Amino acid sequence: MAELSLAISDLHAFYGDSHVLHGVTLDVPAGEVVTIVGRNGAGKTTTLRSIMGMIEKRTGSINICGQNVIAAPPEKIARLGVAYVPEERGIYATLDVTENLLLPRKVNDRGMSLEKIYELFPNLHMRGHSQGTRLSGGEQQMLAIARVLRTGSSLFLLDEPTEGLAPVIVQQIGKAIALMKSQGHTILLVEQNFRFASKITDRHYVMERGRVIDMIPRADVEKRAGQIQQYLGI
Amino acid sequence: MTTGAPTSNLPASPVATRGSGYAWYALALIVLAAAPFFIYPLFAAKVLCYCLFACAFNLLLGTSGLLSFGHAAFFGSAAYIAGHALKVWGLPFELAALLGTLTAAALGFVFGALSIRRQGLYFAMITLALAQMIYFMAFQLPFTHAEDGLTAVPRGKILGLFDLNNLYVMYYTAVAVFVIGYLLIVRITHSTFGQVLKAIRENQPRMISLGYSVNSYKLMVFILSAALSGLAGATKTMVVQLASTVDVHWATSGDVALMALLGGVGTLFGPVAGGVIVESLQFYLADSGLPIQAVIGAIFVLCILLFRQGVVGELLRLRLKWR
Amino acid sequence: MSTQVLFGQLLIGLINGSFYALLALGFAIIFGLLGIINIAQGTFYMIGAFGAWMLLHYLGLGYWWGIVLAPVIAGIVGMTLEKTLISRIYKIDHIYGLLLTYGLMMFIMGMFIYFFQTAPRPYPVPPELTGGYNLGFMFVPKYRVWVVVVSVVFCFGTWYVIEKTPVGRNLRAATENPMLTRALGINVPALLTLGFGVGVVLAGLAGVLAGPIYSVSPIMGGDLVIVVFAIVVVGGMQSILGAIVTGLSLGVLEGLTKVFYAHGANMVIFVIMFIVLLMKPAGLFGQEK
Repeated sequence: MAELSLAISDLHAFYGDSHVLHGVTLDVPAGEVVTIVGRNGAGKTTTLRSIMGMIEKRTGSINICGQNVIAAPPEKIARLGVAYVPEERGIYATLDVTENLLLPRKVNDRGMSLEKIYELFPNLHMRGHSQGTRLSGGEQQMLAIARVLRTGSSLFLLDEPTEGLAPVIVQQIGKAIALMKSQGHTILLVEQNFRFASKITDRHYVMERGRVIDMIPRADVEKRAGQIQQYLGI
Repeated sequence: MTTGAPTSNLPASPVATRGSGYAWYALALIVLAAAPFFIYPLFAAKVLCYCLFACAFNLLLGTSGLLSFGHAAFFGSAAYIAGHALKVWGLPFELAALLGTLTAAALGFVFGALSIRRQGLYFAMITLALAQMIYFMAFQLPFTHAEDGLTAVPRGKILGLFDLNNLYVMYYTAVAVFVIGYLLIVRITHSTFGQVLKAIRENQPRMISLGYSVNSYKLMVFILSAALSGLAGATKTMVVQLASTVDVHWATSGDVALMALLGGVGTLFGPVAGGVIVESLQFYLADSGLPIQAVIGAIFVLCILLFRQGVVGELLRLRLKWR
Repeated sequence: MSTQVLFGQLLIGLINGSFYALLALGFAIIFGLLGIINIAQGTFYMIGAFGAWMLLHYLGLGYWWGIVLAPVIAGIVGMTLEKTLISRIYKIDHIYGLLLTYGLMMFIMGMFIYFFQTAPRPYPVPPELTGGYNLGFMFVPKYRVWVVVVSVVFCFGTWYVIEKTPVGRNLRAATENPMLTRALGINVPALLTLGFGVGVVLAGLAGVLAGPIYSVSPIMGGDLVIVVFAIVVVGGMQSILGAIVTGLSLGVLEGLTKVFYAHGANMVIFVIMFIVLLMKPAGLFGQEK
């Protein structure tokens, strides 16, 4: 399937005995960019990790193109074409930059070629043999995004991609995401930077304390700006 | 793979209930008192020594979550020192046992100082390798007589009054040692010191931030565990009149870990049960023609995969369920 | 003390060092990847040697079959144990891994002793490797050279695979961050099984190499694993290079010590471990976490 859709229904997730997600329900139609917003601790990262199969105990249903993957292991979910860019970026210290780039398993041949990637992110080519963690925060974020672009995945889970980065880099990332969207990929974004997100997002889900409490489509963003401020605790 | 966080997933001690506790203690004392009339006193006394050893091992593991794989060094070195004291210096048992215990404590200090800063698996490996040094030394030092070991160790008299060659006197002395050691362990576990250790085990970073000198606490319990293991070893030498390289071999460290695991690591009485079970198994299997090592190995594996709470742990769990 | 004695002991030291290096390397891979302390590493060494002996004794298959098949058999046994028993440990405290491999060691060794008794059985040097080279100051048996060459080749071959190939890259990634590596589409559980297999194949190979030198017995390798412990503590618990270099060096050092102070030979490795623990607890090639 070229474009993936995601539908989560009544997702509960647990860290040990701690009940962290309480029946999360949200829809990410194929080819759209959906953003989850909310304060710290709302469960946004846990939701992404649950989709990726990285949470031990989860119940409910997570449908990727109609296939329920609630019980699937992470590697299986990745091979369906789902790509994860974690909040901590997940660059390996024991691998150099090129190895980090080549690590994720290719899902198909429709991913971005190495040449195109180096075109988009020339730094990664120059510093290919540096240890992965020697890169700056911004470069690591580029690497984390670049490596999943190569896989041919078409559902991207991005957790706070602009966190702690300079405006120039944030712009570059914005361009990369816009490019991905233009190619028809589906993106689920967690982002605190609302201004950044609202430029490209088709719908926003608001999460609080492990639940989805509201959904704001693009058209209503201006209208409901005040309410959104409240949700974000600004 | 990043190794263990400070917290350990080993079972923690369940809450002891006071009232019925005293009844169990009374029963245990009766059993201990009557045992030599039903079981060969020499065997019973030997079992008690290993039970104390297992309890001492478990003191370290149960309170601080540290699995030492080198406790044979403490048990065995004390066994040798006590044996030498009894045989060559002609000291009475009390002094021999004291010497053995102090030797083990000193060794515990050295081992502990070197290994305490590490956690989990690193800690276990370091204790194992350190104990192996002691094992090799046991072959080199003249007074240990290498493979022959210290044989025909005389028992002497206890308190200058009672002849330990009388099997019943010998047995009740071992009981006294065991009871003293066991009660000491109970006291330590339930004391503030023991509580602090448990808190450290559950959340070390927090305890550090609260100002506790975490390593000092761990070192202290390590020394106590080593000392009591030494006491067990010294008494063992008196009972079986022999100290040998088996006592310092790493298989002995493994045996005591098995006893604690089988009996129930998170409990106080578990290691005693484990000691009784393992020693009895070894005794009864010896004549059966079955491969003892293989059987014990199989039990170990099954225990780890299916039965981690151990015998006593399981019984306590069931008792809670039926309340 | 003649030069002949000195070089003789050095050669023995090099041989032992080769075995130490292979065993320590396998151990370090298993520990790094799975977080399991494989006390049974010495048992797989024994299985390799015994496998070769059994192939010869029951099937008439000689050394050249043995050196290929026996480590593979050890690997299959190991991977089966990992898949069925050891992998159950990953979800609980890894200290149980130490106890589990200890129990497995006891069980396997016990069964072998039961069926084969402890008396050592000779395993012949293959005819192609008999004889030796006369260097003037000493006579070097061909087989000894073979042992060292094979060990060094496999050690550095393994190092190369881990550091320079895609499989090795995946292994290193899985060692550092298993969960994320799975999320990037790599089948980490299968890698763990494979890693364990590689670790014990190296041990089995050492066993086959050792057969003609030390004879074959169920108790071989029993105390060897403690030395391996000390080696990886000195080299750095997860360090591949540390295991290889330290293994070889300590073997040679042990041999040297035998010349000058025979009684201390067993201890030298532990004395060094003692010193390293005092001065650089993470090990010579290790990284402080």
